[in-house]
Amino acid sequence: MKLLTHNLLSSHVPGLRPGGGFPLRIELGHPSELPPEPVPNYEGDEEFLRRLHHVLLEVEVLEGALQCPDSGRRFPISKGVPNMLLTEDEA
Amino acid sequence: MKKLKLKELESCLQQVDTFESPKLLLEQYATRPHIAACMLYTIHNTFDDIENKTIADLGCGCGMLSIGSAMLGAGFCVGLDIDADALEIFNSNIEDFELTNVNMVQCDICSLSDSMSDTFDTVIMNPPFGTKHNKGIDIIFLKTALQMAKTAVYSLHKTSTRQHIQKKAAEWEVKMEVLAELRFDLPASYKFHKKKSVSIKPDITDKILR
Repeated sequence: MKLLTHNLLSSHVPGLRPGGGFPLRIELGHPSELPPEPVPNYEGDEEFLRRLHHVLLEVEVLEGALQCPDSGRRFPISKGVPNMLLTEDEA
Repeated sequence: MKKLKLKELESCLQQVDTFESPKLLLEQYATRPHIAACMLYTIHNTFDDIENKTIADLGCGCGMLSIGSAMLGAGFCVGLDIDADALEIFNSNIEDFELTNVNMVQCDICSLSDSMSDTFDTVIMNPPFGTKHNKGIDIIFLKTALQMAKTAVYSLHKTSTRQHIQKKAAEWEVKMEVLAELRFDLPASYKFHKKKSVSIKPDITDKILR
């Protein structure tokens, strides 16, 4: 799962507040290579853009989880595939 | 990017691994390489809706349409399917073809509703038809696809459902075109244009693909 794919996903468990369930928090075993906030004038910062491009399009999360910011519900990621299937109770 | 010929595309797609034990209730069958190649070639060359675009493949199965799109220069493809076994085959196909711009998500299209609105340029799909205790599923896929796509949805449907689909297209205020009709009980292929249009007279171009 690339970061670009992650950006498209949200929790669609019924009953969340409008606009809720997004963005999902990525749980990994190791820290990110990016600073927590974009630096000012990041458009001109080659080094930052390279790292951003790398994280957005070249890094694949193979194992981990996506956590809903509202409910805490975890969607597991296995072999690079996030599992967004809802349980019987949730659907 | 080297221009891929139709025959070359079809040849490549013949290498795509398909279902080992297709699950009947999910209507699993791989889109035939010939059909996939013709469909994708038209979408690319006539409508320019593949190259450098973001593409979603709903009910992707083993990934025939996603892989074909990637080969025609798609910017990024995401396949969505409910079945982990199918996605495993899709994953191994991606490795075999050494594709770096294809991802997949396991989910139930029927429960997505509008949670992914306007997230892709194009949706290309061969959805289940609703023949296995899942009547109406083709319409749900279509509706969701139209919500997800910014520009167009290309989809395969049974010819017998054409009138019903035309009615739905009118209801949803989308312009619908029949692009090709495939004989011998094979589905007809449609293009759904996202741009809202009040006149819903479909432009029927009947091409018989063998």
